[in-house]
Amino acid sequence: MNPSQSDRLIRIVAPVFVGVLVVAGWQAVVWLEGIPPYVLPGPLLVGSTLWHDGPSLLGSLAVTLRITVAALAAAVILGAAIAVLFAQSRLLEISLFPYAVILQVTPIVAIAPLIIIWLKDEIFLSLLVCAWIVAFFPVVANTTLGLKSADRNLIDLFRLYGASRWQRLRHLQIPTALPYFLSGVRISGGLALIGAVVAEFVAGTGGADTGLASRILEAGYRLEFARQFAALLLLAGTGVAIFAILSWASRRLIGHWHESALPGEE
Amino acid sequence: MANPEADARVIALHGIGKSFRNGVEALAGIELAVAPGDFVTLLGPSGCGKSTLLRIIAGLVEPSCGRISYPDDILRRVGFVFQEPTLMPWATAWDNVYLPLKLAGERRHGVGDRVSRALEAVGLDGFADAYPRQLSGGMRMRVSIARALVTDPQLLLLDEPFAALDEFTRFRLNEDLLRLWQERRCTVVFVTHSVFEAVFLSSRVVIMTPRPGRVAADCAIDLPYPRARDLRTSPEYAAYCRRISGLLDRAA
Repeated sequence: MNPSQSDRLIRIVAPVFVGVLVVAGWQAVVWLEGIPPYVLPGPLLVGSTLWHDGPSLLGSLAVTLRITVAALAAAVILGAAIAVLFAQSRLLEISLFPYAVILQVTPIVAIAPLIIIWLKDEIFLSLLVCAWIVAFFPVVANTTLGLKSADRNLIDLFRLYGASRWQRLRHLQIPTALPYFLSGVRISGGLALIGAVVAEFVAGTGGADTGLASRILEAGYRLEFARQFAALLLLAGTGVAIFAILSWASRRLIGHWHESALPGEE
Repeated sequence: MANPEADARVIALHGIGKSFRNGVEALAGIELAVAPGDFVTLLGPSGCGKSTLLRIIAGLVEPSCGRISYPDDILRRVGFVFQEPTLMPWATAWDNVYLPLKLAGERRHGVGDRVSRALEAVGLDGFADAYPRQLSGGMRMRVSIARALVTDPQLLLLDEPFAALDEFTRFRLNEDLLRLWQERRCTVVFVTHSVFEAVFLSSRVVIMTPRPGRVAADCAIDLPYPRARDLRTSPEYAAYCRRISGLLDRAA
């Protein structure tokens, strides 16, 4: 086995080992101390709940996922568009950037009730807006930085060859910004999920098709902690999956040239 | 002596000065005429404004005072090589060389042989599909030179292109550059701080003084072309190097 193979094995084995250790310890504590499930359900109970409630929880996950994906798509499209506008006009950037920061730093739980009231007939839209507010900033900030990071000499070269503004954007600034943009998207993916869940929490349990957050709240009210844990597990898994998919897409797009995506030399 | 302005093919600089916004005076009272087919080297210590002067000639920097007259259309046929290879890391060698043609609105399939010829001229046929990160420093610089050559420039401007390379690579690229210049009969303005490089390459060496940059001396190098590697060990070459070094010392 060569060093890179054993390295890859360790990368998988080590965290799995830690996970198994923690889960086994958790189960042992629950058994030995006789902790009742309404205080702390053991991992076996959580597992079987996940198995039994799986179909209905997956239905709720689909609702949350729809909001997450729509919010991420909106964050990517609008975020990139805003960044391109910022890169075109310094005045526009100076005028609007502070408000992007304000939206980003204001806790979403504080704004969400307002948005839900304002868009009261459009529950999906209001959740989408909340999740978007949480998710869009990394795309805007990273892409704006990337668009402005083009090599000075390449900019001169484009000028020398009489490139138009559009050519410079298309052939120089956008490719330069791509790795920055993709790193922003990876952060936004997780944030979109968090935004969707937080918005659902604020919106409460009402409505016909409820998302995973509502199920967690509902299970909490009923002291069904095993289901709560199962739903949490699904959420965490979804977050990891989103991150993994976006990382994979990122490698596909820039892996052939960008330093970050290249394997180490050692 | 003939008035250089009489020849419309000459690039003529009159009283060029450049002051930056921070008050630094980079260039003052530059008078320079570059005749077609010349290989002129701007030689001077760091900070003498030779790169700024090159950028002014390229039209990338506006001079604060003075004026330049160009032969007709020459600015549309300029190649520029920077100190770093300045390649687009996301594009292959082929696409990097294709860039000037792409910006001029040429389609890919129409220019295949022009791009290939430029890569061939710098000895990089077979590396068309390589990305810059896969190439050595010297090969990257070759791609950069191929990119400058692909438009078949009348004026080739090079800003210390080989400064970051090892000596062996630098010598080989010096020889290749001379060969390309002779084949193409273009005008070259070359910037360096190496006396040896300046003498080996140039038909004329312009020595500049620092702060503000002025032309201190203008010296023709009467060594016959083609110049080969053995020139570097010849007494004539040594004599020119000594003379240019002396002028440089006096200028500083």
